Amino acid sequence: MTPPSFQYHAPGSVDDAIALLSQFGDEAKLLAGGHSLLPMMKLRFAEPEHLVDINNIESLKGIREENGDIVIGAMTSENALIKSTLLQQKCPILPEAALLIADPQVRNRGTIGGDIAHGDPGNDHPAIMMALDASFTLVGPNGSRQVVATDFYLGTFYTLLEADEILTEIRFGPLASNTGTSYQKLKRKTGDFATAAAAAVIEISGETCQSARISLTNLGPTALRASDAEAVLTGQVITDDLIDQAAQKAMELCDPAADLRGDVEYKTHMGGEMTRRAIRTAVERASGE
Amino acid sequence: MSKTQVSFSLNGQAVEVMVEPRELLIHVMRDQLRQTGSHIGCETSHCGACTVDFNGESVKSCTLLAVQAQGAEVMTVEGLAVNGELHPLQQAFMDEHGLQCGYCTPGMLMRSYRFLLENPDPSEAEIRAGMSGNLCRCTGYQNIVKSIQKAAAAINASGRDEASTA
Amino acid sequence: MAATAESLERKDKLEGIGCARKRKEDPRFIQGQGLYVDDINLPGMVYGALVRSPHAHARIKSINKEKALALPGVLAVLTADDLKPLSLHWMPTLGSDVQAVLADEKVAFQLQEVAMVIAEERYIAADGVDLVEVEYEELPAIVDPHKSMDADAPIIREDLVGKDEVGHGKRLHDNHIFTWEAGDKDSTDAVFDKAEVTIKEEILNPRVHPCPLETCGCVGSFDKVKGQLTVYMTSQNPHLVRTVLAMLSGIPESKIRVVTNDIGGGFGNKVPVYPGYVVAIVASIVLGRPVKWIESRIENISTTGFARDYHGSAELAADNDGRIKALRFNVLADHGAFNSHVSATKWPAGLFSICTGSYDIATAYVKVDAVYTNKAPGGVAYRCSLRVTEAVYLIERMIDILAQKLDIDKAEIRKRNFIQADQFPYNTSLGWTVDSGNYEPALDKVLKAVDYAGLRKEQAEKRAKGELMGIGISTFTEIVGAGPTKACDILGIGLFDSCEIRVNPTGSAIARMGTQTQGQGHETTYAQIIATELGIPSEEIQVEEGDTDKAPYGAGTWGSRSTPVGGAAVAKAARKIRDKARKIAAHLLEVSEDDLEWDIDQFRVKGVPDQAKTMKEIAMAAYSNIPDGMENGLEAVDYYDPPNFTFPFGAYVCVVDIDPKTGEAKIRRFYALDDCGTRINDMIIEGQVHGGLTEALAVAMGQLIDFDEDGNLLGNSLMDYYLPTTVETPHWETDYTVTPSPHHPLGAKGVAESPHVGGIPCFSNAVIDALSHLGVTHVDMPHTAHRIWKKLHELGAN
Repeated sequence: MTPPSFQYHAPGSVDDAIALLSQFGDEAKLLAGGHSLLPMMKLRFAEPEHLVDINNIESLKGIREENGDIVIGAMTSENALIKSTLLQQKCPILPEAALLIADPQVRNRGTIGGDIAHGDPGNDHPAIMMALDASFTLVGPNGSRQVVATDFYLGTFYTLLEADEILTEIRFGPLASNTGTSYQKLKRKTGDFATAAAAAVIEISGETCQSARISLTNLGPTALRASDAEAVLTGQVITDDLIDQAAQKAMELCDPAADLRGDVEYKTHMGGEMTRRAIRTAVERASGE
Repeated sequence: MSKTQVSFSLNGQAVEVMVEPRELLIHVMRDQLRQTGSHIGCETSHCGACTVDFNGESVKSCTLLAVQAQGAEVMTVEGLAVNGELHPLQQAFMDEHGLQCGYCTPGMLMRSYRFLLENPDPSEAEIRAGMSGNLCRCTGYQNIVKSIQKAAAAINASGRDEASTA
Repeated sequence: MAATAESLERKDKLEGIGCARKRKEDPRFIQGQGLYVDDINLPGMVYGALVRSPHAHARIKSINKEKALALPGVLAVLTADDLKPLSLHWMPTLGSDVQAVLADEKVAFQLQEVAMVIAEERYIAADGVDLVEVEYEELPAIVDPHKSMDADAPIIREDLVGKDEVGHGKRLHDNHIFTWEAGDKDSTDAVFDKAEVTIKEEILNPRVHPCPLETCGCVGSFDKVKGQLTVYMTSQNPHLVRTVLAMLSGIPESKIRVVTNDIGGGFGNKVPVYPGYVVAIVASIVLGRPVKWIESRIENISTTGFARDYHGSAELAADNDGRIKALRFNVLADHGAFNSHVSATKWPAGLFSICTGSYDIATAYVKVDAVYTNKAPGGVAYRCSLRVTEAVYLIERMIDILAQKLDIDKAEIRKRNFIQADQFPYNTSLGWTVDSGNYEPALDKVLKAVDYAGLRKEQAEKRAKGELMGIGISTFTEIVGAGPTKACDILGIGLFDSCEIRVNPTGSAIARMGTQTQGQGHETTYAQIIATELGIPSEEIQVEEGDTDKAPYGAGTWGSRSTPVGGAAVAKAARKIRDKARKIAAHLLEVSEDDLEWDIDQFRVKGVPDQAKTMKEIAMAAYSNIPDGMENGLEAVDYYDPPNFTFPFGAYVCVVDIDPKTGEAKIRRFYALDDCGTRINDMIIEGQVHGGLTEALAVAMGQLIDFDEDGNLLGNSLMDYYLPTTVETPHWETDYTVTPSPHHPLGAKGVAESPHVGGIPCFSNAVIDALSHLGVTHVDMPHTAHRIWKKLHELGAN
């Protein structure tokens, strides 16, 4: 119930934060929203010697449009995503997903960057980022680099983010008109992680699916991009039968860990069912229903 | 571990405490500042009994370090009544039997306080979604929902100025 | 005489029995001024934190305190060795067993208490815990109670080897605790052998935990100068705790004070005496400073009194019309590593034999075998009325299963078996005398309210389309109000309860009882009883519980005993005062007592209504103008020994819709009719029903305390342990009938546990009813989406 001792730092700029990470290396952890890290520290499962609190770095917050892209600061809270009229109009899957994360209080502190960078397969934003073909700006002592979401996740709690780097921004291109999106998350109760969840971003032109991006949450060691499922739909008129086939493909990709949310069989089937529902809803929304 | 000074505003009063970085805001408020209205019900940030208003947002004070409160405006249940006059929510919870053992009540009051400021005319479904970060074992929530509905009506009837004590 | 407007006004002013008045205790809670145990701060107070075993079963090879003691701020590290000289390393339980206070040579469940670190500050105590080094030698663990009595099972309780009984009769095996039986085995077997229809089902009441929002804790404070021990504690039964502490510590009971101020929920979790309390108290004596111990949520879920873990093998014998002829229930009870749950001495399986329920069953036999396993101790807890939840679950499930077998409607079969109104008081075949009941009108009222026929029609239509809809019925009778002292005692102390009332000269009153509210509203409801009995407004009656220095002795609040036992003592104490008041009124009015009648708030001369004295006037006279030979003052105490338990009942219906693709069950409607006899405050009763139904929902649909095969706990934090939020909790519809208890001074029965007892089988029956057309007769709780989906998948139904 009480964390072990640590040294606390509250840098006011990204450069200062990186300097601290470079200085302390593995002994340091970033404090973003804190609702993953602090509970772990209270249970003494995590015992960093240094906490680098980046909540005071204003340049890391905010949502803006830039040359048609949407750019989101990593320290933007889930609640800010939900309230953003820009996102509601231009990328509704993000506020939709944010509203399914945790509870109202947690969403005031939890950040999109924390959810993306933590590496917990149960986090929701990684799958959303994959489905949006988003890229992440990682800044370190040697400068900044861009990494696409689909490359970022290497394993459970294991990403391309180095110990002396900070995720500063998330960027993705505009959604074409006639794009419908949906995030379907099955959970045991409000506030729980996903038993299984699927994101679908589907562009329909006339009757035909121009592009489909489908990704899965908590059905493997990382979020998963279901390319084989996408291939079933792309260039086709989407029928119930095709949706089923896509769901089957998604299920083939699933490699969930059995836990108190369900065994492998259940979670895999639920991955399929959430995929079905995400595609169906995305298609309905693309047609303006 | 050496202590550092943290200054913030608690229920409109300036306070200063000496804390280790690891001390949680809930512990500092309860043990050092003797404001024991906010409660602890878990250690995994689920139950919401510790909910306070922090810079205009509902936050679980068990998941904030006291050092993070530097310069902040914090309101707890002890600050809801103004000059002895109960907030409409406090009155409504009594009118509608929205509490039994009282342990979740401060968190419910502080969360619903901010919730109604953000959504002054909520539907029942919105109230339930808005309060989903606060657990109760006694009431089954139904009278808590009624209490919030009653308070919303009272606040709206008397004009918005009454609602915010900030 | 018809009530006049004036007399109605006088009655309303009292806000007595039957008035849905607001609660008197609320003002402090809504202002954050409640006083819970962790709010207490005494000068010089220090903090205790427990070192606990990571293993479910292991020998302790060594405990090294050095590093912990070297940490600045750590004052002491106590282990069993430190408690041995005081003979406090073991303590008696409320179940006639003994329990290790701090593990002595071995641990028998995961997170069992091994040592306590005492430090100046909360955070340092936690640091100290990390520095205590314990070396363990792991032993194989027993997690399945069916294996506890295997020939080669490891012995869990080496301290009991050679003891052929642990308080409740002969033991059959080193891991066996007791066998308890009721009824007539031979007659029952004979009926089964000849029956037209028999059914048998394995039915589990899974292990769950009450999880009140406030965890357990205490502040122990020993005054060396006065030799007085004060313990602030989360206790539902402060007097029993005081007596136990006197027995344990050797300090005279008159020098021990146990204080419960406000409790953040009890639900049976705060009845036992936990090791943490004892060690904190010992530490306060040894160190001469107050010691605070507050457990974490994980400690609470993992180590304090769990509920249920009753593995039932249930059988009914009936005729082809669905009339039950006999009942035979065998239960394997998993008590964990120590038999710690509160048990009246003669009732080690609680009141389980109420399992004949609302039905007229002529012949019955039940047997409960209790065993030890490598799990936390407990069993009776969680709004259960002392194993009544388990009993009612079995009978309400079995009658549904019988209905299914015979293709009789589930409401109809209940009516065919109900104890009829003219059979009360009814002697059950397992020895209870059910005080009153009127079951059929209650069920009919509910069936009409929900349009039961319409629901069954809708269900048939949905089934034709492959949709899953279920209707659950529960017509329960439960037993509360422990209990008559000739039948019940805990550690030899009778289960009476008490009330002391003192009326002061200006006409207000203060009353104290031996019960202990944990949110049930006693400060209001007891005041309402006194208001009606004495004609003093409830607003002017101060009710206090929980300080053993002030309150008369009582067994506390659990098993819904406050209204049936405490409330009776309140009424009787008030009536003693009214008897004296009558004498004073006669003296003041210069008439004989027989010339007076009591009217709402005054005694008046029969036929001369303006010749009257109000209770207020009489109160002043009690101190200033009394008849010769009478003592001054206006007060009384009553110790009430109930002649019987009380038997609240109800009829509940639940409608559920199941999504076959995910297994999720959504509660569409829940209608609950409760009959608790005389109703003191409708608002408070309704709140109790809402709360009990929500806890029932949690148990039926999601809660489980589970272990892997090594005895490691699975899901012991709020990440996994299912507590429904506002979103999962449906809207509750409540209703009532009133069938008073003939033996209770107010006719009141108690209600707070009924919605839990009656609710659980209702939810379960609804879910299983949704699957019954697929041939399903029973599925164990919890009815999670995962489990329902697996069942459907197994049946090829999704």
